[in-house]
Amino acid sequence: MSADAPAPLLDVEGLKVSFATEDGIVRAVDGVSFTVGAGEVVAVVGESGSGKSVTAMTLLGLTRGPNSIFEGTATFEGTELIGASGKQLQRIRGAGIAMVFQDPMSSLDPVYRVGDQIVEQIRVHEKVSKAQAMDRAVEMMERVGIPRAKERLRSYPHEFSGGMRQRVMIAMALSCSPRLLLADEPTTALDVTIQAQILDEMRTLRQESGAGIILVTHDLGVVADIADRVIVMYSGRVVEQGTLDDIFYNPQHPYTWGLLGSITRIDADRSQRLPAIAGMPPSVLRAPKGCHFRPRCPHAFDKCGEVPELEHRQPDVPTSLDRCWLPVADKKRLRVIGDQIGLAEPAEPETVSA
Amino acid sequence: MTESGDGGVQEPQEQEPTAPPADEATVAPAAPAAADQAIAADARTNGDRQVLLDVDHLQVYFPIKAGVIIDRQIGQVHAVDDVSFDLLEGETLGVVGESGCGKTTLIRALVRLIEPTSGSVRFDGADITKLGRKQMEPIRRQMQMVFQDPQASLNPRKRIGQILATPLQIRGVARNQIQQEAGTLLDRVGLAQDVVNRFPHEFSGGQRQRIGIARALAVNPKLVLLDEPVSALDVSIQAQVINLLDELQHELSLSYVFVAHDLSVVRHVSDRIVVMYLGKLMEVSPAEELYTKPIHPYTTALLSAIPIPDPNQNRSRERVVVSGEPPNPINPPSGCRFHTRCPRASEICRTSEPPLTEYAAGHLAACHHPQNVTESEIAASTRSDQSSRSSGSETPDLSPGTGLQSTPVSAPATAA
Repeated sequence: MSADAPAPLLDVEGLKVSFATEDGIVRAVDGVSFTVGAGEVVAVVGESGSGKSVTAMTLLGLTRGPNSIFEGTATFEGTELIGASGKQLQRIRGAGIAMVFQDPMSSLDPVYRVGDQIVEQIRVHEKVSKAQAMDRAVEMMERVGIPRAKERLRSYPHEFSGGMRQRVMIAMALSCSPRLLLADEPTTALDVTIQAQILDEMRTLRQESGAGIILVTHDLGVVADIADRVIVMYSGRVVEQGTLDDIFYNPQHPYTWGLLGSITRIDADRSQRLPAIAGMPPSVLRAPKGCHFRPRCPHAFDKCGEVPELEHRQPDVPTSLDRCWLPVADKKRLRVIGDQIGLAEPAEPETVSA
Repeated sequence: MTESGDGGVQEPQEQEPTAPPADEATVAPAAPAAADQAIAADARTNGDRQVLLDVDHLQVYFPIKAGVIIDRQIGQVHAVDDVSFDLLEGETLGVVGESGCGKTTLIRALVRLIEPTSGSVRFDGADITKLGRKQMEPIRRQMQMVFQDPQASLNPRKRIGQILATPLQIRGVARNQIQQEAGTLLDRVGLAQDVVNRFPHEFSGGQRQRIGIARALAVNPKLVLLDEPVSALDVSIQAQVINLLDELQHELSLSYVFVAHDLSVVRHVSDRIVVMYLGKLMEVSPAEELYTKPIHPYTTALLSAIPIPDPNQNRSRERVVVSGEPPNPINPPSGCRFHTRCPRASEICRTSEPPLTEYAAGHLAACHHPQNVTESEIAASTRSDQSSRSSGSETPDLSPGTGLQSTPVSAPATAA
């Protein structure tokens, strides 16, 4: 869609987040750069521990603490987020950037009625009367498809099902009409039929209000369904980014191949064996030197001991960036397993050892 | 698998429903079981493969109680409501459905971790629903379970060696052999033998699930019940565990019941699939056919809700988004349980529960308005004896305008 809008809503440049722990410094996010334009859905994909949630939370200052170390910049409509004071951030939260968290049970307060929670959030960010805020809360709840919204305002979170709770979270996030929505695994805890409904709501939001959306997920199906651009993260780094089609039909990084290969799908042949990625993601405390994917990559060679930069490597595809030393010409051949994209398995499957 | 004397353990006695006194508080409000039990023969065969597990009109209801001093039962949750199916030796049966549809309750009832309210489960020809604890022991050795959350299902204070030693002792492995056997098991599930001295928290989710699988295999089971074994894992690790389960099945000729909410995972592993909704079976089908030719509108809705990880296909396909959420299982809808959300529902769906009807070999669905079936298939269809007792005898509606169609995966636009 609007891949290079004149001035992006959000511009993240060289973001690094580290946490000092007893065991050493954890580099949770290690050099992430991307932009989000208005009306654009950018998906951040990766496995647990890849730094995708930390990236999203850092934008709203939710990872700040005595042991957190930040580097790089994130500019939202001209305002720098990383060094911003608490007050500045508070002004941006709500109508500027809003967030939907993964687990609606633990992010709603169980002892307050959901109506009061939505109203509180509206009144923190805007000067409106309680009655006006109530009306807005009803309107938002109706908009996200909660039936009998007026009555349900008086319900407590435990009286809602998982899907309904997630709708309440979304209603809350949308109640100040944010220009950027951060959605951290918004559908992971939900059933597929409910997931489809929530994704529809997000599409409507994007169309109606032109909001930008950052969607953090591990589900490539959801990505293919809703995203315009995709960022693939592995062990704290962006290993590849590009348009939806770049990632699905012309992926450049072996980790992306592996991800695409290892998903079970309802539309492909039921091959006897899934081309899985061998091994496990590295511990964030003991990340390997050079490319982080190197120990699991069957195509690794000497050069992989150096960290590849995230850059354009295909002259004819300006939207695609990746961090892989393999020659572009070889990738087309290496990524095909059978008739699908996948990652070749190592010659002999190693056992996971101590 | 040879030493424990297989199924020979308890064939003779248990035919009458004379409940053994031990822990049998399950005499149902409605227990019409006995009479037509005889239909299910002892060890039915299907082709040349033996029926390993025969589930017959199984019901699990949970009472809801109220009252301060005296507990009154004010209702019940219809978790599993009159479900019948069978599992052949060496087969993988997938069980899918949304959360709350009763799939977990179902497989727990199969091993009697939850006592069934009525109905019977036959394992290797013998009814195990009425066995006492002692009598269940040898059966439990043959049916093992792998749980969803590998973190919660391994004792955090025991070392891996200890976790595996207990089932090995139960199997009767000599004390001095246990360490070696544990090593073999770990090797089999792709873990190094030297992990025996570690604690569960030292492992990642995928490795813990491997340990859970090793523990299940320790007693040489015939049947492994897998309750969402991969849904807590990352995709790349999911693929590893699925591949492992596949290899183990071939090497050890295991049978699986594989419960999951993810239809694409289930498709990959299963030979046959049952689709559940609010405690009832909606469709039973050979795996591939369920995806190319779903008969029940609920199956279509489920399939259509799965986003396909392929942008072009996603753009081009037509999707049916069912509105609403599954109704409350305390008070399930009358007639067909799906009628409140079904785009094809008509009057008959509200009043009469459709029976499970067999359309093609092994492909059954409980629906008044089946899709993807031809008129001749409907004409030749028969009411299956796996149908719920509460269901009517109506064959599907053949009247015009009900939109019989034979197009693959696509339901009518939700016009209304």
